[in-house]
Amino acid sequence: MRVGVITFPGTLDDRDAARAVNVAGAQSVALWHNDADLKNVDAVILPGGFSYGDYLRCGAISRFAPVMNLVIDAANKGMPVLGICNGFQVLCESHLLPGALTRNSDLHFLCRDQEIEIINNETAWTSAYKSGEKIVIPLKNGEGSFQCDDETLAQLEGEGRVVARYVGQNPNGSRNLIAGITNERGNVVGLMPHPEHAIDELTGPTAQGLGFFTSILNAMVK
Amino acid sequence: MSLDTVAIAQITPDNLQPFAELGLKPDEYARIKEILGRRPTSSELAMYSVMWSEHCSYKSSKVHLKQFGDKAPKSDALLVGIGENAGVVDVGQGYAVTFKIESHNHPSFVEPYQGAATGVGGIVRDILTMGARPIAIMDPLRFGPADAADTRRVLPGIVAGVGGYGNCLGLPNIGGEVVFDETYIGNPLVNALCVGVMKHSDIKLAKAAGAGNLVVLYGAKTGGDGIGGVSVLASETFGAGGSTKRPSVQVGDPFVEKVLIECSLEIFAEDLVVGIQDLGGAGLSCATSELASGGSGGMRVQLDKVPLRDPSLSPEEILMSESQERMCAIVEPQKIDRFLEICKKWDVTVTVIGEVTDGDHFEITWNGEVIVNVPPRTVAHEGPVYNRPLAQPEYIDRVNSAEVIVPLPKTPLEIKEAVLKLAAAPNLADKSWVTSQYDKYVQGNTIQSQPDDSGMIRLDETTNLGVAISTDANANWSYLNPYQGAKLALAEAARNIATAGARPLAVTNCLNFGSPEDPGVMWQFAESVRGLADGCLEMGLPVTGGNVSFYNQTGAVAILPTPVIGVLGVIQDVRKRTPMSYKEAGLELFLLGETKADLAGSEWAFLHGVRVGQSPDADLAKEMRLIEFLLEGNGFFAAAHDLSQGGLSAVLTEMVLRNGVGASVVLNNPAIDLLSETPGRVVVAIKPEDVSLLEKLSQKYSIEISQLGTTGGDSLIINETSISLSELREVHTSTFPRLFG
Repeated sequence: MRVGVITFPGTLDDRDAARAVNVAGAQSVALWHNDADLKNVDAVILPGGFSYGDYLRCGAISRFAPVMNLVIDAANKGMPVLGICNGFQVLCESHLLPGALTRNSDLHFLCRDQEIEIINNETAWTSAYKSGEKIVIPLKNGEGSFQCDDETLAQLEGEGRVVARYVGQNPNGSRNLIAGITNERGNVVGLMPHPEHAIDELTGPTAQGLGFFTSILNAMVK
Repeated sequence: MSLDTVAIAQITPDNLQPFAELGLKPDEYARIKEILGRRPTSSELAMYSVMWSEHCSYKSSKVHLKQFGDKAPKSDALLVGIGENAGVVDVGQGYAVTFKIESHNHPSFVEPYQGAATGVGGIVRDILTMGARPIAIMDPLRFGPADAADTRRVLPGIVAGVGGYGNCLGLPNIGGEVVFDETYIGNPLVNALCVGVMKHSDIKLAKAAGAGNLVVLYGAKTGGDGIGGVSVLASETFGAGGSTKRPSVQVGDPFVEKVLIECSLEIFAEDLVVGIQDLGGAGLSCATSELASGGSGGMRVQLDKVPLRDPSLSPEEILMSESQERMCAIVEPQKIDRFLEICKKWDVTVTVIGEVTDGDHFEITWNGEVIVNVPPRTVAHEGPVYNRPLAQPEYIDRVNSAEVIVPLPKTPLEIKEAVLKLAAAPNLADKSWVTSQYDKYVQGNTIQSQPDDSGMIRLDETTNLGVAISTDANANWSYLNPYQGAKLALAEAARNIATAGARPLAVTNCLNFGSPEDPGVMWQFAESVRGLADGCLEMGLPVTGGNVSFYNQTGAVAILPTPVIGVLGVIQDVRKRTPMSYKEAGLELFLLGETKADLAGSEWAFLHGVRVGQSPDADLAKEMRLIEFLLEGNGFFAAAHDLSQGGLSAVLTEMVLRNGVGASVVLNNPAIDLLSETPGRVVVAIKPEDVSLLEKLSQKYSIEISQLGTTGGDSLIINETSISLSELREVHTSTFPRLFG
C-alpha cells in the first residue's frame, strides 16, 4: 500500500504526514509539486503548510501545480485523497471539494488541542472511527473558517458529507462547526485539524489521529 | 550622484564625506583614511560604517566579552566556539547541535510585525549557515507595562510577527518569556533563539578559501529595505523627535526563507560549498567581507551582477541593504553546475557575483570600475575597540541599603488574595494568548513547550535522544546586582532543563542594555559579563556565542539590565523526561532547597512598586548539586517544577492548573514560603513509597528537602486557605485576553 505525500514549495507537514503513514503500516512515497506521474501510489495526502507562501489566496497557486492535474484526475476516478489544513484549502481551490477556508473569526493564528467529533465514518479516511466518536487532535491555522453558501451547506449536511465537527466553542467561525468534509463519492476528504500530529502521546496531545491513516489501509485491503 | 571610484578618491582627497550621518565618529573616519592611505570611496565608507557599527563590530563590548574565552571551562562538547555564526556542541550519537539567541529590539519598536518576523528570520539563517537543519525557535520578549497604550500596539504586532514568520517556516516555537516592566516602554526586547541539528561532518564555516572559487549569491533579490539597519537603528538611542526610521526596518518573506532552507540543505547534503554566510545585519558588506576575512586570501566581487528588486539602487545602497532571505556561498568551479541545478529546482534566484583571489585585497567593481579596494580584515574583524568608561551608578548603594517593605499576607483571606494576585499578574499569568499563535507541533518532535520549564525536542526517532533549552533573565535582580543577576539567570536556565531530566551542556546569551556611552550602563554590562563568565566557569558550561544589544533606552532612561541566558542540555531518552506537573491524586509534594526571606527583586515586590534591597547571592556549587539531584531523581519523580518569579505561589498555581488536579499544602510561614524567590529550589511530586529515595538523594547531595503536602482534589489548599481550581484558573487565564483582546 503506497500513500503519496505531496511537497509543494512551502509545505511544512509533509514529513509528519509521511511518518503517520508509515506508523499506520503503509508506505509513504514522496511526491513533488512538479512531478509528472504519481509513482503508482494508491492514495494521496496533501499536507499542511503555506504552499507557495499562501500568495494570492491559500491554495490558489498550488492548485495549478503540475502534480495537481494528476491528483484531480485520480480523485475523479476514485483514488482516496486527504487534504489537511493547507491541503484542504488546495482541494477547495481545485473544486474537488466545495466551499472555502477564510481567516479565523478572531483574525489570529490559532494552535491548540481541539476536540472534534467524527460525523461520517464511511469515507476512505475515517472508517477506523465510530460515528459520533470524539477525538482530540491539534488545530493550527490562520485561515480555517469553513464557509460556503446556504445551498451548499444544506447539501453537505443533507448528504452526510460533513466528516467532522468541532466540539464546544467554535474555534474559528466555521459554518455549522465544520472541521472536515468529503465529496459525493467519499474518497476525497478535507480536514482542517491535524491528525498527523496526533499519532503518539509523546509528541502529540493524543494518538487519536492515527485512525485517519489506518482507515486508508483498511479501505485498500477491502 | 556620479560613481565614486578608487581612482577618483585618490585624486580628490579632500572631498567632504557624510561619515557622521552614517554613524561613524571623527576618529573612526580618520582611522579608515589611515588604513587606506587615502579617503574611502563612498562605497567603502558605506561598508565601514555598517561593519564598524556597534551592532556588527561589538566595539564597546569586545573588551568584556573576551572573558568568555579567557574563563572558558574545559569542555569536550564544544565543536565550534564563539566567532562563527553560532556555536556547535556535540550531543552524542554523531549529532551536533547549534543554537544561538539574537536581538531584534529596535526594528520591533519601529515596526512590530516586520521587526519581530525578520528577527526570527535572521537567527534561523544563522543556524542554517552552520550546516544545520533548524528544528525549533524560542522567543524571550519584554514589553512596557501591560496596560500601557503602546504595549497594546507593540505586543500584538510582535507576537503576530514571531508567529507569522516561524509558523510559515515550519519551526515549532517551544518556549520563551513574556515580561512587562515600565523601562521597556519604547524599548521592547525581541530576542529570538533558534536551534538546529546536523551530523558532525556537516558543519559549515564562514570562510572563503581557495583562489578561483566562486562567490555565489542566492535567495531573494536585493531591494532598498533595511538600509543602515545596524548603524542607524541598532546603534543609536531613539530621540523623542526625528524621522520614523521606518525605511530602516527590513521586510521579510518567510516563504522565500523556507524555500531557501530546503534548497540550502540539499546543497549542503551534496557537499557543494567551501564556505557559507547568510546576509543579515549589514547585508552584502558583512557577508562578503566576513567570508574574505575568514579565509586565507582576497575576493573580487562584481557588484553590478547582484540581482535587484529595485534597479535604481546605487552601489552604496546595494552594499548596505538588509533585504532578507539571502545567502552567500563559496563554491568550487567544478561544483557550480550542480549548485545552480538545485537552486533551479527550488526556483531560487542564484548569481555568481565574484571569485576568491590570492593576496589580501577585497575588491568590488561596478561595471568594470573599482569602487572598493580594502584589506578585508580591517572591515570585518579589525574594527575599532573601545574601552568605555564605566562607573558604578549612584542608585546601587541607595537601593541595596534600603529595606524591602511590602505587605505580607497573614489571614487565610489575605493569603488567598496574594495567591490570586500573583496568578493574575501579567508577568505570571497564563500566556496561552501568546503561545496559541505559535505552531508547536510542526516537525512532530516537540516533547515540551510553553508553559513547561523548558522546551524539549526529540533529535532521533529511533534512539529518542533529545535536547532541552531554557532561556531566562531576572532583570530585577540584575538591576540590584548585575554580577549576581547574570549568575542567577544562568543557574535558573540550567535548573529549568534539569527539572525535566536533561543535563546542561552549553550556554548562549543575549545581553540587552542601555547606552554604552553611559558609564553606569557600561558598568552594569561589565558586571553582567563578569558574572556570566564566572558562573559558566564554575558550572563547567562553555559560552558558545551570543549577541549584545545596546542603546535600549529612551532619553536618559535605560532599560533594566537584561542579560537573557539560554542553556542547552541533552537528554538520552525523551520518553523518560519528568513533566512539570502531575496527573494523579495521592502523591507527596516536596520542596527541594531552602527558603529564605528573599523578597528583594521578587514579583511580589514588583507588584507593590518596590525595587530595592539586595539580590540573593548565587550559590552555584549548590545549584550544581541540585542539578545532579534532579538528574538522578528523574527516574522516580512524577513531576518537577522550578521555582522562580512568583516563588512557591506561582509554582503551585501552575502545577494544580496544568492537569486540573489540586493540592493541599501546609506551610509554617506562609507569607515567606509563598512569596520568597530564593534561588535553587524545585517542587517535586513523588509516590509515597519513594520518600526514602528522596531522603537518600537529599543526603547524598546535601540539599534540604521539606514536605509540603499531597496532591488531589479540585482546590489548592494552603493551611486554612482554600481556592477552587476554577476560580484560580479564571484569574490566571483571563489577564491576557482582557488586556489584548
